[in-house]
Amino acid sequence: MASTQTNRGGASNDLLANYATHRGVRDEMIGADGAVKPAWRDLMKHLGELSTEGLAHRFARGDQYLSEAGVFYRQYDDTVSSEREWPLSHIPVVLGESEWAEIGAGLVQRADLLEYVVRDFYGANDLVRSGQIPAALLGQNPAWLRPMMGVQPKSEPFLNFLSFEIGRGPDGRWWVISDIVESPTTTGFAIENRVALSRVFPNFFSNAHVHRIAGFFQAIQQRLFDLRGKGAGQIAMLSPGPMNQNYAEHAYLARYLGLLLVEGEDLIVTDGQAMVRTVSGPKPISLLWNRVPSAMIDPLELEAASLIGTPGLLDALRRRNLRMLNAEGAGVLETRALMAFLPKIARKHLGQPLIMPNIATWWCGHAAERDHVIRHCEQMMVGSAFSTVPLMADPGTFVFDADKLGSFPDHVMSLLQTSGRELVGQETVTLSTTPVYENEQLVARPMCLRVFLVRTADGWQMMPGGYARVSGGDDPKALAMQRGGKVADVWIVSDTPVPQTSLLTPKADAPTRAFSEGALPSRSADNLFWVGRNVERAEFNVRLFRAYFARVSDGVSPGAPILRYIRKHLLFGVTHDAATMAERFETPLYGALQAATKIGDRFSPDGMKALKDIVQNVDRLHGIKVEPDDILTESSLLLRKITGFSGLVHENMYRSHGWRFLSLGISLERAAGMVRVLRQLGRADAPEGALNLALELGDSIVSHRARFSVVADIGSVFHMLALDANNPRSVRFHVTRANQQIKELPGQTGGAVLGDVARRILLLETQLATVTTDGLTTELFDRIERELWALSDALTETFLV
Amino acid sequence: MEYDIRLTLSHTYHSPAGNGRHVVRVVPRALGGRQRLKLSMLTITPSPSEQFDSVDFFGNQTTTFVHADVHSEMAITMACRIDVQAPAPLLDFPLTAEQLAVELADVREMGPLSPTHFLGPSPRLVANSEISAFARAIRRDGDSVADTVMRLGEALHGIMTFDAMATTVDTNAVDAFRLKRGVCQDYSHVMILALRALGIPAGYVSGYLRTLPPKGGTRLEGADAMHAWVKAWCGAALGWVEYDPTNRCIVGTDHIVVGYGRDYADVSPDIGHLRSAGNQTTSQSVDVKVVT
Repeated sequence: MASTQTNRGGASNDLLANYATHRGVRDEMIGADGAVKPAWRDLMKHLGELSTEGLAHRFARGDQYLSEAGVFYRQYDDTVSSEREWPLSHIPVVLGESEWAEIGAGLVQRADLLEYVVRDFYGANDLVRSGQIPAALLGQNPAWLRPMMGVQPKSEPFLNFLSFEIGRGPDGRWWVISDIVESPTTTGFAIENRVALSRVFPNFFSNAHVHRIAGFFQAIQQRLFDLRGKGAGQIAMLSPGPMNQNYAEHAYLARYLGLLLVEGEDLIVTDGQAMVRTVSGPKPISLLWNRVPSAMIDPLELEAASLIGTPGLLDALRRRNLRMLNAEGAGVLETRALMAFLPKIARKHLGQPLIMPNIATWWCGHAAERDHVIRHCEQMMVGSAFSTVPLMADPGTFVFDADKLGSFPDHVMSLLQTSGRELVGQETVTLSTTPVYENEQLVARPMCLRVFLVRTADGWQMMPGGYARVSGGDDPKALAMQRGGKVADVWIVSDTPVPQTSLLTPKADAPTRAFSEGALPSRSADNLFWVGRNVERAEFNVRLFRAYFARVSDGVSPGAPILRYIRKHLLFGVTHDAATMAERFETPLYGALQAATKIGDRFSPDGMKALKDIVQNVDRLHGIKVEPDDILTESSLLLRKITGFSGLVHENMYRSHGWRFLSLGISLERAAGMVRVLRQLGRADAPEGALNLALELGDSIVSHRARFSVVADIGSVFHMLALDANNPRSVRFHVTRANQQIKELPGQTGGAVLGDVARRILLLETQLATVTTDGLTTELFDRIERELWALSDALTETFLV
Repeated sequence: MEYDIRLTLSHTYHSPAGNGRHVVRVVPRALGGRQRLKLSMLTITPSPSEQFDSVDFFGNQTTTFVHADVHSEMAITMACRIDVQAPAPLLDFPLTAEQLAVELADVREMGPLSPTHFLGPSPRLVANSEISAFARAIRRDGDSVADTVMRLGEALHGIMTFDAMATTVDTNAVDAFRLKRGVCQDYSHVMILALRALGIPAGYVSGYLRTLPPKGGTRLEGADAMHAWVKAWCGAALGWVEYDPTNRCIVGTDHIVVGYGRDYADVSPDIGHLRSAGNQTTSQSVDVKVVT
């Protein structure tokens, strides 16, 4: 790549010493005159005043924030997905206010044009009838959803939230690369990038005239609120679930905007009304921000094999009991071949050309256009006419490499001849470059911008900022973006101070954040319950594991009665093998993490981090041969981390229904675990040391010593671990606590008759409150254990199914 | 010809099902001068908690119903009386493949009869090179589009064997083509793909078939269940022609149309979704009696 180095005049410093722009390619920071553009000057001056160490320190602060906030990038390799560090470039892309306004004018015009086109596609079809759009572009298009024909009333716009991918060409003009209607938007990540950068440049940022983006999210909230209208139903974000690579963003946006995060299986349609199944019964949903691919939302009318949809959802949409932020089916606008026709439609419909052009596109279903694509192959990308994947992310696009090829290869030629209708040619786009920090200096890398628009009562509003993608390499061709790179914040700077807004200080008349107060989807409650049960089960088994190896470490042989007793009665007959025994806590910990992952919107980043930390600890030890002494150290460490997590649950979580289910999971599991230990004590073959083992597992050696004699007898142990209402390790304590939680759950104690769950727990508590230690027979413990599981089942039946 | 048609679809759920939601397309269509529905009745047991009729994009009558409560058996019974006239006879209007392509490029209609919907791909049918090669091998230069439709249908009938045990409703058209076995759905799917490969718009027709042949005639294949055949667009003048590849015939008064679509997915007689842990058994019986 030919490059030019320019003397930067006033802003010269080490960072810029080797900054080389590419010939024939625009640069965002360095103007055509070779000087730093005005919008960048303050930032470059600030950067120039910092030492290399100072920069490293500041960049680390930003990364620290992202890591603590749980922002990561999920990467998929075949079937395995892994979490990668969020690839933030610490240098923002800076644009002046007036240039931003020009971009805005172009995109607002385009948004209005798209609204006109989509209304016609699902209405009169005049664009086809008048020959402005070939019939095949709809007729053969899987994104054009026939069941949605004629559904949207005139008074309701199809589009309320749009994003666009734009790039700057060699002539300095901006081009639309992709229209993004329902593909992943990355809007949520724009907030995180911004917060991270405000940590990197704390003093500078507060004085620089950078437009704030929080106001844009208030506008989204307001729009959602307006669209919900008089229907009193919930506003929810519909997500495909945690297996989707964008789930983190869905959870983030739902949390940030105060929306209920639901999946298809959470919803049910009754008499044309969509309802979310919650622990308080079905609650109506009035508005969805849909992040499930449109064709997947209703297996009865669209993609029949969809497992992430809700049967009947289209019925609810057709009856207008349910609305979507962007109308179902609007994704047809992403069809790549449309770009070939939009410029002409704009001239005809708006009476003016597009202010911001889109990539030059030729639909190969017409002979003349196909021939043009073939004649100009050296500057063409060829892809599916019906692709709705943004160009930058579509691996199916064939890019002509003029250096290697003289004409299209045979298979592309033959496709063009036989299946022209299914193909488009698009002119290769060359992007501008922007600085990124690599090896202690700035280098120029190609970039493109995601820009976001929301419809408001006063027309479209564009986020004064955005999400930039910066290429990992030098190739300025747009498609090289697919090969990964970094993301950057986008700063729109003003010559004058900018207004401050933050979601934390809403205006008096702004809608409250608590759209979803009180509605806990049953699926979320179920997952929270299982996080609780699994974590507690793991803790109990770590305690057993530690107790076992403490004895081994003291020289007790594996054949000794107490160790046989632990293996046989408390660990379900495992062999004397640390790895096998470790599975007893590894498995539930993985289960807990998995359950927590499914409720990204309900689980605090701190809690998630704590849980991941525990699992990492387990992973580290897995399969390593550890000396018994080290096992003690390691398991004590693990135990501390697990109790740290439980502490977080009880000290930091808001007392919501969600917390109640988590707490119930812990209590029921702990009570059942302790019952299992105590039941064995009454057996004739209980070995010497079994009583002390029970106290150790119940973490009650010290308190037992304080209340009873040094020597434990079965009565004192039963008192301490079964019946003592003040010992947080006893069965009674947790049954009582479970009862308190259940009393707060919907429909359990309100009426004259107790709910099934409330009745069961009250009976159990009464029994424990009235029985004496003599009455605690093995049979009674068996009954209590059965009753605890029956209670868990009743809870599931009542609230979670 | 006047018929009394009776259809029973029954489901038995091995473990009780709740929240069942079904969309069914089983009532014959009213079709201008061709089909006149005199009386029809749809009975669902147990009685649904919700039920309504609507018309889908392709003009088919659909009934949606919900069983909110737990149930272990469900049956749909459709009874109707219908008067059927033969479709307009095939005009001798020879249109070549090239002329068809020109007409298609000029299509500016998006209504349910527009050929533009039927060029594929469709929910169940994606172009396949083996079936395309078969279609190209059968086609003769100089054939009119209608000739090609019949030649393809006859060729397909020749290589396929009717076998109700070889495939299921979920069988992929390509698999059936490789097996060379199947039922009306498989015959129709393969023929649709073959026609589309030649640039001829083709769709799926579901319906009923007269159970007993007229005196001296042979009993048609597929008469004891709902039937399916193919419609192909032979240009603006000739319009849609219906052909039954399972029985190697142009459709006449023995065929009663229920639904038109791009493939089975658009006209499936019964699409259901319910919460149940177990399997289900489904049975179907059809009786199409001539009213004398």
